[in-house]
Amino acid sequence: MSKTITIDGNTIPFEDGQTIMEAATAAGVYIPHLCHHPEYTPHGSCKLCTVKVNGRTCSACTFPAMEGQDVLNNTKELNDDRQKITQMLFVEGNHLCPGCEKTGNCQLQAVAYHLNMLDDHFPHFYPTREMDASHEDVLIDHNRCIFCTLCVRASQQKDGKDVFAISGRGINKHLIFNSQSGLLKDTDLDAADQAAHICPTGAILIKRTGYQVPIGERIYDHKQIDQVSLETEHHQHGE
Amino acid sequence: MKQFIQDLAETNRYQATHLLHILREVQSHYHYIPEAAIEQIAELLNISRTQIIGVVEFYSFFHLTPRGQYDLLISDSITDHMLGKQSLIDYLSEKLNVAVGKVRRDGVVSLDNTSCTGMCDQGPAGLVNGYALTRLDRPKIDQITDLINQQKPLDQWPNELFQVEDNIIEPGLLLSQPLNQGSALQSAFKRGLKETLNELDESGLRGRGGAGFKTATKWKFCSEEHENQRYVVCNADEGEPGTFKDRVLLNSYAHEVFEGMTLCAAIIGAQQGFLYLRGEYLHLYEKLQNVLDERRLAGLLGNDILKEGFNFDIEICLGAGAYICGEESALIESLEGKMGIPRNRPPYPVNQGYLGRPTVVNNVETFMAAASIAVNGGDWFANVGTEKSKGTKILSICGDCSRPGIYEYPFGTSIRSVLNDCGASDVLGIQIGGPSGTFISNHEFDRKLAFEDLATGGSFIVFNNSRNILDIVNNFTHFFAHESCGFCTPCRVGTSLLKKQLDKIIDGHGSAGDVVALEELCQLIKNHSHCGLGQTAANPVLTTLQRYPELYQSHLKKISYEPGFDLDRALETARKLAKRNDAGAHLAQVEEEI
Repeated sequence: MSKTITIDGNTIPFEDGQTIMEAATAAGVYIPHLCHHPEYTPHGSCKLCTVKVNGRTCSACTFPAMEGQDVLNNTKELNDDRQKITQMLFVEGNHLCPGCEKTGNCQLQAVAYHLNMLDDHFPHFYPTREMDASHEDVLIDHNRCIFCTLCVRASQQKDGKDVFAISGRGINKHLIFNSQSGLLKDTDLDAADQAAHICPTGAILIKRTGYQVPIGERIYDHKQIDQVSLETEHHQHGE
Repeated sequence: MKQFIQDLAETNRYQATHLLHILREVQSHYHYIPEAAIEQIAELLNISRTQIIGVVEFYSFFHLTPRGQYDLLISDSITDHMLGKQSLIDYLSEKLNVAVGKVRRDGVVSLDNTSCTGMCDQGPAGLVNGYALTRLDRPKIDQITDLINQQKPLDQWPNELFQVEDNIIEPGLLLSQPLNQGSALQSAFKRGLKETLNELDESGLRGRGGAGFKTATKWKFCSEEHENQRYVVCNADEGEPGTFKDRVLLNSYAHEVFEGMTLCAAIIGAQQGFLYLRGEYLHLYEKLQNVLDERRLAGLLGNDILKEGFNFDIEICLGAGAYICGEESALIESLEGKMGIPRNRPPYPVNQGYLGRPTVVNNVETFMAAASIAVNGGDWFANVGTEKSKGTKILSICGDCSRPGIYEYPFGTSIRSVLNDCGASDVLGIQIGGPSGTFISNHEFDRKLAFEDLATGGSFIVFNNSRNILDIVNNFTHFFAHESCGFCTPCRVGTSLLKKQLDKIIDGHGSAGDVVALEELCQLIKNHSHCGLGQTAANPVLTTLQRYPELYQSHLKKISYEPGFDLDRALETARKLAKRNDAGAHLAQVEEEI
């Protein structure tokens, strides 16, 4: 008999070594997340996937599934807190959806919709962040970076390169590039690299491809992120 | 520069784990980390330049742009403020002709604030090129200004500027019985290592850093891991504002501490240990190296210790200004030459710690207590204290009292008797366990020092009735925002939002809903942060809000809504452009309610 945990009262099987997130995804249960991607080492930093495990707060993407766990996921209390954490990400950077090429394809925006976020709640930081448009094919807009490190991990783990890193401390965290000049153009990033396509927000954009899919026909214009996430992140739920 | 870096890398055996050592040397030699040095170190250590930049930008004592030849940092702890820090730094800034946070144009001197330097019993304190300055006053500042303007090398500065006192006022079980060198190890080998672990278990010793995990259990878990390499780490990254007992223990009881580490190594089967010493305690570094040398000569460290066929040695690693490195997994990351970002758990350090190997991380005081227990037995320790908190606790007492310093008490001692001993009167409240601990009011002096009541890593700050609670809370809240590592959203963004929200209320811009919003934010940070820093960062607000809600309410304006920004200040640019400053060019924050 396979081992099981319960999520919101439903019994779900898991295999040894799986995280709560992996077991949930395999069972078709969506847990909101931004820094997590099934193909990369879990990071546990965005804290959107916070669940209650036997009363204790854990990140579902890093916490191992274990026999006897009673997990709370889709509760009002947790979703309210997740909404606040999403609002924190919005006010920390400069996320102006109507003017962003990623709108409709953006996971940050889609998670916000999913969590029924209607305003920013917190005061804005309005940080001054530069853009890096030096690269031939890839544009970086630091205003939209949420420090999820997916580009860092993708570059290291998939592309066999080491283009990105997060530097600094606290609220001064920022994305840096691995080149002597510090500019993206002097790194070995290629537009075909996974790292150039993994960004959940509009911080990394491919040049000359903007608006090829019109607004209104984009991923999250028609589907909620929970559905998209399960379809794309687990083969059994795909089309 | 090329030769300097090359030699440095060679001395450090090209180990990437030694990145902090190397960067400390570069910073001290060039007063910053030059781009060319980064390139060369990256190549020599075979790590990416982004790792080095990440580390430089993470630790407060490293800089990408030049600091002065004399880099002066003044401690920003609340206790320093209570001793007149602000007027001193203003005076210093004026005398030296350099703004706080800046480098003087001639590059000779730079001045800035720094988090608590652990000299709260002898402040106002500071650091010059990393070396501790104590009891600063105007005459000393005049003297320092002259020395700097004459560009006198630091080793020619008068010794009294660097005088650090122990101030042991009330020694107890541990402090009154120093051990003979080697006696704990001899006792342990004589009794048997397993039996000694049992004694430790029976002593009931729990970790002295604050969390209180049972020491014997930690050592046992680590020894049971199927690995042939294990590590012992002593956490001397004493960064909690108001704490300085580890400084004193390492100054006067270093043998006991190292002996405790060696004992742990013998029991768990480790060959290498590290003392992670906070950068602010640079003044202890040489002395501690000498103690290690002494122990090697005495056959208490190195190969075949006490001819028992046991090999173990200890390396001292200096931090570089990051409170978060007191968190054990962040400390391990730092030991590995990385940014101090707390790891995900599980795995725990006892399973996978330094370089992925089983590692015991304990506080300085824990190792010292363990060594004493090995000599005197478990009962000796367990007979003192309460049922759940055995033994004694060493406190660093500072703030408004006539005898600040080191006090050792059996667990279960009441706050009232501590206050009597240290000469505190007219007390408003006490911060126990530092900013991450609890603020207690003067109605709670019958409470006790114990894990089950008031737990503390050692910090005990007394405030008298002349102090303003919101000033204290404000200082602590800014501290956490400054020290947040930035890894997780709730702490990275939350601590900065908390700072803004508290400033808004204190500055008199808060309105009806703002205290509720403050508390909501606190709960969010507390419940969702990745590590202990974030989980406790809201404690100063939460513990005072609980005790003095009227204090917060009294700062609110009697209006239903207050904009989050200053309307009049927002017009400043427009006024400048229009060259106007008449009444019509100003705007009230809100219309007066009728």
